[in-house]
Amino acid sequence: MIRVVRSTVIDAPIAAVWEFLRDFNGHDRWHPIVRRSFLEESRRTDQVGCVRNFDLQDGANVRERLLTLSDRDRRFRYTIVDADIPLHDYVAEVELKPVTDGDRTFWRWSSAFNTPPGQEQELAALVATEVYEAGFAAVRSRVERPSAGERQRREAARDAPAVRPAGGAAIAGTAIVIDRHGGAEELRSARTEAPPPGPGQVRLRQTAIGVNFIDVYCRTGYFELLDTPGIPGLEAAGTVVDVGPGVRHLTPGQRVAYACPPLGAYASVRTMDASPVMPLPDHIDEETAAAALLKGVTAEFLLHRVHAVASGETVLVYAPAGGVGRILCQWANRFGATVIGATSTDEKARVARAAGAHHVIVPGEKSLEEQVRDLTDGRGADVIYDAVGRDSFAHSVAALAVRGHLVSFGQASGDIGSQDISVLAGCSATLSRPNYVHYTDTPEKFGASAERLFDAIERRIVTVEIGQRFALEKAADAHRALENRATTGSTVLIPAEQGEAES
Amino acid sequence: MARVYISSVIGAPADRIWQTVRDFNALPDWVPAVRESRIEGGQPSDQVGCVRAFRLQDGGFLRERLLALSDYDYSVTYSILESPMGVENYIATLKLVPVTDGDRTFAEWIAEFDCDPAAEAELVAAIGNDVFQAAFDALKARFGS
Repeated sequence: MIRVVRSTVIDAPIAAVWEFLRDFNGHDRWHPIVRRSFLEESRRTDQVGCVRNFDLQDGANVRERLLTLSDRDRRFRYTIVDADIPLHDYVAEVELKPVTDGDRTFWRWSSAFNTPPGQEQELAALVATEVYEAGFAAVRSRVERPSAGERQRREAARDAPAVRPAGGAAIAGTAIVIDRHGGAEELRSARTEAPPPGPGQVRLRQTAIGVNFIDVYCRTGYFELLDTPGIPGLEAAGTVVDVGPGVRHLTPGQRVAYACPPLGAYASVRTMDASPVMPLPDHIDEETAAAALLKGVTAEFLLHRVHAVASGETVLVYAPAGGVGRILCQWANRFGATVIGATSTDEKARVARAAGAHHVIVPGEKSLEEQVRDLTDGRGADVIYDAVGRDSFAHSVAALAVRGHLVSFGQASGDIGSQDISVLAGCSATLSRPNYVHYTDTPEKFGASAERLFDAIERRIVTVEIGQRFALEKAADAHRALENRATTGSTVLIPAEQGEAES
Repeated sequence: MARVYISSVIGAPADRIWQTVRDFNALPDWVPAVRESRIEGGQPSDQVGCVRAFRLQDGGFLRERLLALSDYDYSVTYSILESPMGVENYIATLKLVPVTDGDRTFAEWIAEFDCDPAAEAELVAAIGNDVFQAAFDALKARFGS
């Protein structure tokens, strides 16, 4: 039996470290060796007995079962169920202890296992350095308070002339303003100004703006998110002009993006709260970010958090050729799920198949639920992603497998209205109505989702197709196209006045 | 049941610190509050069951019995037989754990006891700060922090 023990001291309170570690399925958010992870059988991450199924960066798959979890002792143990790496009889323990002298955390990670003869040293080194020590470093970088020296360096960097606000002058630009809720004609082009960023703010020159169906709801007043007169839009990408005091994660010239309230993205320049604005990795261009962020982050939390889609499950996706639907198909397929798309036309069926739908059903003689049962030997779908709403709700409930999960995340066909929940007893269904805000309202939550999305884009699990580009001033045309279902893929607005002189 | 938990990080390998800490009769060498100590009945200080009788700098007299000693876990557990502190059922454990990241040691000292509820907060603070933390500070001064 080989024993590996590694331990360290993290300069952060134990609660902060434990928050990271107790999420048994959250390791793909911080551990560099873990590419992606999901929980099997829709268990909870703190459910003893749950199995996390994850891929390492090199593609190796590992399944590990949670054996013990103690919030009192801040300790858990787990075992490898099976793995592409020959670690046999592997049982590991993660334990945290408070260092009361300095409010720090002692972290010990240990395991015992067997290996094939001759591989003892190589595998012990892999576990010790690439898993345990790399894990220490990753968590440390996320939770440790900056040292006094580091704080000083950052302060100095912020005070350097390059990052000073541009002399207190506002930057002029163009914005799309709505004076009253209504049709696409209410989208009016107007001059705007981005003032110098205040504390915690960033000023952006935006180069691509994402158009989403929610923008239509905001315009019409269906969602009470936009007070008039106001500027719509939730997502954009661009370049940092300057940052206000206290902003540490952004620097002038950096390429960035965001996808969050408050509204105001339909503008060529914008000054806003810096916390939800995240730097873009080199491989993500600004148009891609603006086209993909809101839809991709939505798909990310629908597939990973609202329901952890597992290999072997049957997933039904409505509007599989739409912005979120296409990504759901691509990603769910990659998870090993059987993906069924439900759409209206043969052209959209083709897009859905190309995105990874194994089966596509279109309206016909048989009802949607009958078609789903025909495709699943009568079982039904384990999870249904339904943003259609009123017209689909009853069909979705009828198409669920026993203990299936209906995730209702939109109402393109209209309000679902009141429903009698006793129908859910027909298959012991779970019903979720997730709200984007609750999965993205802190930089940590949003950043974790966006990182996973960017990674999926880089590995081409998720591809981003920009079907339409409109000049920012033509936002009304973009809305009309969206409402007439005349778009394919994502739609972006491009501000014309790149590099306009500062006023 | 009152509980005291104090922990620290000391800048030396656990086996070096253990040489000082495992000697049940060596409190005067490293715990500032202790003036003198002896083992009753002439027993060796690593004989489980032996009793140390020691006097504090302030004159207080205590007797403690060694309940468990582990060279494997670097831990020592003892109970108070007699003390001026007004505690009952007092059992404490001092344990060292190596920190593999650097030649350092995580040290923790836990005590549990019963006492007059009115005196609990003061006793927890006194044992935690004046005895356990002061002893860790002395170890840090000797071995590095």
